[in-house]
Amino acid sequence: MNFPENLKYSKDHEWVRVEGNHAIVGITDFAQSELGDIVYVEIETEGESLEKEAVFGTVEAVKTVSDLFMPVSGKVIAVNADLTTKPESVNKDPYQGGWMVKVEMTDPSQVNQLMNAADYMKLIGVGA
Amino acid sequence: MELTENQLKLTALTDIHSQLGAKMVPFAGYLMPVSYEGINAEHETVRNGVGVFDVSHMGEFILKGQDALDLIQRVTSNDASKLIDKKVQYSCLPNDKGGIVDDLLVYRIDEKTYMLVVNASNIDKDWDWIQKYNTKGVEMHNISDKTSLLAVQGPKAVDVLQQLTDMDLRNMEYYTFDKGKFAGIDNVLVSATGYTGAGGFEVYFENKDAEHIWNKIFEAGKAYGIKPIGLGARDTLRLEMGFCLYGNDIDDTTSPIEAGLGWITKFTKEFTNSAALKAQKENGVNRKLVGFEMIDRGIPRHDYEVKNATGDVIGKVTSGTQSPSLQKAIGMAYVKPEYAREGAEIFIPVRDKALKAKVVKIPFYKK
Repeated sequence: MNFPENLKYSKDHEWVRVEGNHAIVGITDFAQSELGDIVYVEIETEGESLEKEAVFGTVEAVKTVSDLFMPVSGKVIAVNADLTTKPESVNKDPYQGGWMVKVEMTDPSQVNQLMNAADYMKLIGVGA
Repeated sequence: MELTENQLKLTALTDIHSQLGAKMVPFAGYLMPVSYEGINAEHETVRNGVGVFDVSHMGEFILKGQDALDLIQRVTSNDASKLIDKKVQYSCLPNDKGGIVDDLLVYRIDEKTYMLVVNASNIDKDWDWIQKYNTKGVEMHNISDKTSLLAVQGPKAVDVLQQLTDMDLRNMEYYTFDKGKFAGIDNVLVSATGYTGAGGFEVYFENKDAEHIWNKIFEAGKAYGIKPIGLGARDTLRLEMGFCLYGNDIDDTTSPIEAGLGWITKFTKEFTNSAALKAQKENGVNRKLVGFEMIDRGIPRHDYEVKNATGDVIGKVTSGTQSPSLQKAIGMAYVKPEYAREGAEIFIPVRDKALKAKVVKIPFYKK
């Protein structure tokens, strides 16, 4: 499993890539692997301002369903439309093609409360 | 109560699954492989090629004696007197309250010897249930803990397994079996059965031979792209066929008539609750198990409600998934009889939205 060093990670298994005031958000390699084959990503919060840890969408795998949580507070300004037709991108390419939302952060300092790759790997019990 | 990992039972092949990188999960008191490379890929392997499931958690009872058939007739719904040697029958154990103790396979080994194959989660319950009716001293042996079972399923299964035995698998009819030498091991039972609708066989043998037989099957299957398959794909495969899963679609409270299992409920004999079930068959039932597919986008799951167009609750989902072969969301549900017709419009509330679905015929998947 792969956990890029340039990303931040939440305890709910989302990753965050910071670009200025924007946060690109997806789910981690660990999360996609635990969920198994993803068949449907439902995100209907575009344009909404959501608090950190609020549900911004849902991901359906063959066997299970899981909510998606905001790793930081902010406004959802874009949703990855490719996931409508290619939800499997989340399994195949969780950090690039499988990105889910772009968030305009209300408080970019919240990023500092997220984990780095090494701490996240400790959380999920993967040897660093 | 949740069992911890150390309390879970293992099969003779658990180490092999772990080495193969399987995701292992607790299931029916066993630690079982749920997937290896991914449910969709495994599903396709079985539909189009050949795959191997370790289903050693299943239970096996041997019933032996003059009165074995009488006992089986008394506790099961199907007519076991129709069995001949080397034939298998799907059946169920009705309870006395209108529900089902378990569904099972009945193998007639000879006139006085039968093997019953039951669900892992029900082994103790079934044993006690059958014993309760065993008043004439039928010899009963629970061989579950020493028996391994591999389901080798898919259109190429016959090409793989025929290399390992002189038993005539190529001409073995559906729901028949043979017993003989397989991969050099004596007394292996091979039946043309399965739970996938993809064709193939189930192979029963002693635990001590499990690794040897697993390896031989994979050697013989190499040229055919054989792969190990987890319980996740077993569930999607069986659901595409509309096969009932005990604990989901049938249980202690659902009658075989409601579940569409009238075809294995034969009123040619008396059995547990047969009078009440006969009345159900004649007078109708209050709910029926149907297949449905989603029209709106979303995936139905076990225990979701079913509603009609005006929002009244008319039933409950028992199984649901995204069908890998059909590329659409499908499910089974108990609904009021007036909705149990092809094309009936029903709604499944998913996260507060009522998603449209329609009742369809099962099997969902047709070759």
